[in-house]
Amino acid sequence: MLDDFLMRAALAGIGLALATGPLGSFVVWRRMAYFGDATAHAAILGVALALATNLPVGLGTLVVALAMAVTVSVLAGKGWAMDTTLGTLAHSALAFGLVAISFVHGVRTDLSAYLFGDILAVSKTDLAFIWGGAALVLAVLAWRWSRLLTATLNEDLAFSAGIDPRRERLILTLALAVVVAVALKVVGALLIAAMLIIPAAAARGVARSPEAMAVLASVIGAVASIGGLALSLWQDTPAGPSIVVCAALAFALSATVGLRRTPA
Amino acid sequence: MNLLSASHVCVRFGETEVLHDVSLKVDPGEIVTIVGPNGSGKSTLLRALLGIVPVAAGEVARKSGLRIGYVPQRLQIDRSLPMTARRFLSLPQRQRPEAIAKALKRVGVPEAGERMLTDLSGGQLQRVLLARALLTEPEILLLDEPTQGLDQPGEAGFYRLIEEARKETGAAVLMVSHDLHVVMAASDRVICLNGHICCEGTPHVVSNAPEYRALFGLGTHGALALYQHVHDHEHTHDHGHDHSHEPHHHHIHPKKASSDA
Repeated sequence: MLDDFLMRAALAGIGLALATGPLGSFVVWRRMAYFGDATAHAAILGVALALATNLPVGLGTLVVALAMAVTVSVLAGKGWAMDTTLGTLAHSALAFGLVAISFVHGVRTDLSAYLFGDILAVSKTDLAFIWGGAALVLAVLAWRWSRLLTATLNEDLAFSAGIDPRRERLILTLALAVVVAVALKVVGALLIAAMLIIPAAAARGVARSPEAMAVLASVIGAVASIGGLALSLWQDTPAGPSIVVCAALAFALSATVGLRRTPA
Repeated sequence: MNLLSASHVCVRFGETEVLHDVSLKVDPGEIVTIVGPNGSGKSTLLRALLGIVPVAAGEVARKSGLRIGYVPQRLQIDRSLPMTARRFLSLPQRQRPEAIAKALKRVGVPEAGERMLTDLSGGQLQRVLLARALLTEPEILLLDEPTQGLDQPGEAGFYRLIEEARKETGAAVLMVSHDLHVVMAASDRVICLNGHICCEGTPHVVSNAPEYRALFGLGTHGALALYQHVHDHEHTHDHGHDHSHEPHHHHIHPKKASSDA
């Protein structure tokens, strides 16, 4: 079954969607969209680092994404203007990464694989990495769900219940870095944030509880993955962007339904 | 045994000293109100007692395992987070549905359970917050200007609810307020704060203290008197002669006091 490249691609998309549903919901609730972007763009720098040092790309991505996520968290804690800081870091990481990659011989030609993903070339090893990372993130989120949700709702309420919101924020930050490393192969650095935000935003239109929104976001992400692959196969479009296109269509549909429901 | 105490607490935000040498304690079952003008460090003090804000000097002590019911000044809920009041009451600890229904009924919003938090009015949301605080069977309720944004009847109703909850559960109450006229009469002790503790004591003692009058002016004394007329008939004849030229002022001042604060 895993010998079919399409089957592997579909499984990769579904595996990623399992993690991006709940995590993306937190990204939306906590308004961390730009934060996700900064971490995702740093992945390109990680790719350059991995190629230069002959380390596995997944490892390089994970390390640099972690470093970026922690840096941003620390700066946020020091009261920096987040919008500007994140914008600077996100685009600098991307630019530095692209420049760094240009020094590594022979990579320039398939750069787009790192920018937009290469889901059709997912190997069995990649698949294990994706599902392992997604399972890890899911397990951590499930374990701390109540605490994460309380800290997201109101930090003072969390504190009064004996929850340290800074620790919960750090956990989400680490989870984000893992998802970035996992998602690079599927949708690429430029569209990782899209996979986090768009399915969650689409789920918001119809969900009535945080849990429903997280699960629905995963379902939408998985359906978009399969739809995107189908589109790619049928029209020979790039797979990563096609997946995001499908997610965006789901969002448009949900927004229309949501608008109809709420009398203006 | 004190539930909660601060000794010689200083809090700094950067170069600014927001609280200087503040000491206080709360015993089981008492209602303590912290009053003070805007920017006097009232909320900061409450947050320091909760451990949210680090203290630069001094010490905050909580009874070990103290169950705190906290009602924040206001809860801003991002519209992107879909959450019903019922789900909210189960955060972070799961609560039984019967307990949730009972708590919502207790605070007078029995029908709010299935509604989204973002659809509740300010008053309903404050009541839901109080229900959540009461569900944890707190030994102390910490309330940070819980009636901000409520109209006068809503405010009075909310304070009545807190007094009733205190009677039923025996929980102590530590409350931050600028609604002087309503709060002070309901309190066992009032602490007047303006970066440091200006004065403290029973509502009557504090309202007559020169430090308090310097902060709030004379008008608020009239406002306090009005409330005690209603709730404490012994004091009726104590007032009149000690400040007012015209009895009608009593009835005008409460509004003035709250809008000035």
